[in-house]
Amino acid sequence: MWKRIKPNRNNVRIYQAVLVVLLLAVWYFGTNPNIPAIYFDSPDKAPFFFGEPVKVAQRLWDWFYGGEIYAHLWVTLEETMLAFAIGTVSGLAVGLWLGLAPTWAEILDPFIKGANAMPRVILAPIFMVWFGLGVGSKVALGVTLVFFIVFFNVYQGVREVSPVVLANARMLGASQKQLLRSVYLPSAMSWVFASLHNAVGLAFVGAVVGEYLGSASGVGYLIHQAEGVFDINTVFAGIVLLTIFAIVLDWIVGIIEKRLMVWQPRAGETERM
Amino acid sequence: MSALELNDITCTFISRDDPSARYTAVRNASLAVGEGEFVSVVGPTGCGKSTLLNVAAGLLMPSSGECKVFGSALEGVNTRAGYLFQTESLMPWRTALANVIAGLEFRGMSRAEAAPKGEAWLARVGLAGFGERYPHQLSGGQRKRVALAQCLIMDPKIILMDEPFSALDVQTRQLMENELLELWAADRKSVLFITHDLEEAIALSDRVIVLSAGPETHPIGEFPIDLPRPRDVSEVRLTPRFLELHEKIWHAMKEEVLKGYQQQLKA
Repeated sequence: MWKRIKPNRNNVRIYQAVLVVLLLAVWYFGTNPNIPAIYFDSPDKAPFFFGEPVKVAQRLWDWFYGGEIYAHLWVTLEETMLAFAIGTVSGLAVGLWLGLAPTWAEILDPFIKGANAMPRVILAPIFMVWFGLGVGSKVALGVTLVFFIVFFNVYQGVREVSPVVLANARMLGASQKQLLRSVYLPSAMSWVFASLHNAVGLAFVGAVVGEYLGSASGVGYLIHQAEGVFDINTVFAGIVLLTIFAIVLDWIVGIIEKRLMVWQPRAGETERM
Repeated sequence: MSALELNDITCTFISRDDPSARYTAVRNASLAVGEGEFVSVVGPTGCGKSTLLNVAAGLLMPSSGECKVFGSALEGVNTRAGYLFQTESLMPWRTALANVIAGLEFRGMSRAEAAPKGEAWLARVGLAGFGERYPHQLSGGQRKRVALAQCLIMDPKIILMDEPFSALDVQTRQLMENELLELWAADRKSVLFITHDLEEAIALSDRVIVLSAGPETHPIGEFPIDLPRPRDVSEVRLTPRFLELHEKIWHAMKEEVLKGYQQQLKA
């Protein structure tokens, strides 16, 4: 019996589903006001602190059915995508440049390390003064988070280009520009994609934290509003929504990665009969 | 006129950690490769053979001395030479076919025009139908064949080879050596072949140059190889003339090999 239900490659999805159900069940029964409290002195306290899954689902349903959420969700996604795109492209460009210009890399090294070490969230109020309460300030915050992740990976990727592959391309007559396109960029891409999974999450963090600190729309704004009136169910609904969209974005990055990285060897390419 | 001429080359490297430390890999080395000649350079491991080859390729500027290609001094990368590297040199993100035609594309040829040529070369190195594979999907020997096609498709007048077959198993290696000789015989390019394997050097070459142990490597002997062509590398090794030559050259090399070995033990 155990042999058949033991975790293996074929029942991964089933185990994942079971875990979700378990999690929801613990949440549901732990916060149900009709069930005597285990930890708190009154059965009403658990739902106050942790919300109730049914009400959270109800809230999500109302949001989508009533249509209230779309505008907010769109704002948050727009901020995330813009921060992601701008941060990635600029990280890629600066990473390539400094990777190929070691003298400049040396000159700028302490500044980059300093900027990266600085807690970026404290910049949010400054960005709000500079770019206003709209989309701009959130994008700026997201960019500062995404940029460094991508930059450091590209920089490393460029410096780790195989010297033999590089010499070979030069012997085959590649110009500096062709080297950049045909050797440095593809070689750095595997590092870029490794960083993009982190970058998607951080772009979301930038957008939501920005909204949380000051805005008039967005999912972060909704969460902040709900928190102000102790509406814990709405807060959880917002968190669930953000999590789902972060996973979806990460999944899209994964698909693009698979498309572009067909040349990479994958572990275990043999099939067991 | 020689196809390739190295005159009085000296290469001194400055240590990265300690700028006052110097290491002279090659000192006052001169050698020449005639047009259509197959020349092998043998020497103990770590003696600076690759340094010499990189100078000939224009990838490394010598500290002094000059490199001449068909009579004119070499500046920058040697565009009339193809280079076969010891280690993996294919671009892993390009398919076998895309790797073979990379040089043509760098020259500005369109992909549509270059692809049939690439297919033809893949077929010539025995890899017809493997064009869509990525390097990691090929065996070590197949990758070497792709690298060979990638180099030869450019029709270089000079081919520089840095122990290209040293990573292959003995059987594959002899097959590749025979194929190399066949391809070479077809249009007689000038070849500078670097190896630490004396048998390989004799079996392939018109002339063998022996280098001294490093540092400050320089040629210490030259031996014309008068074995008849065409040769089969596995059969030619058994002829009496081969053994005679082998003994003669080994005699000259032995002392240097021992010296090189002692230095490696010390280092």
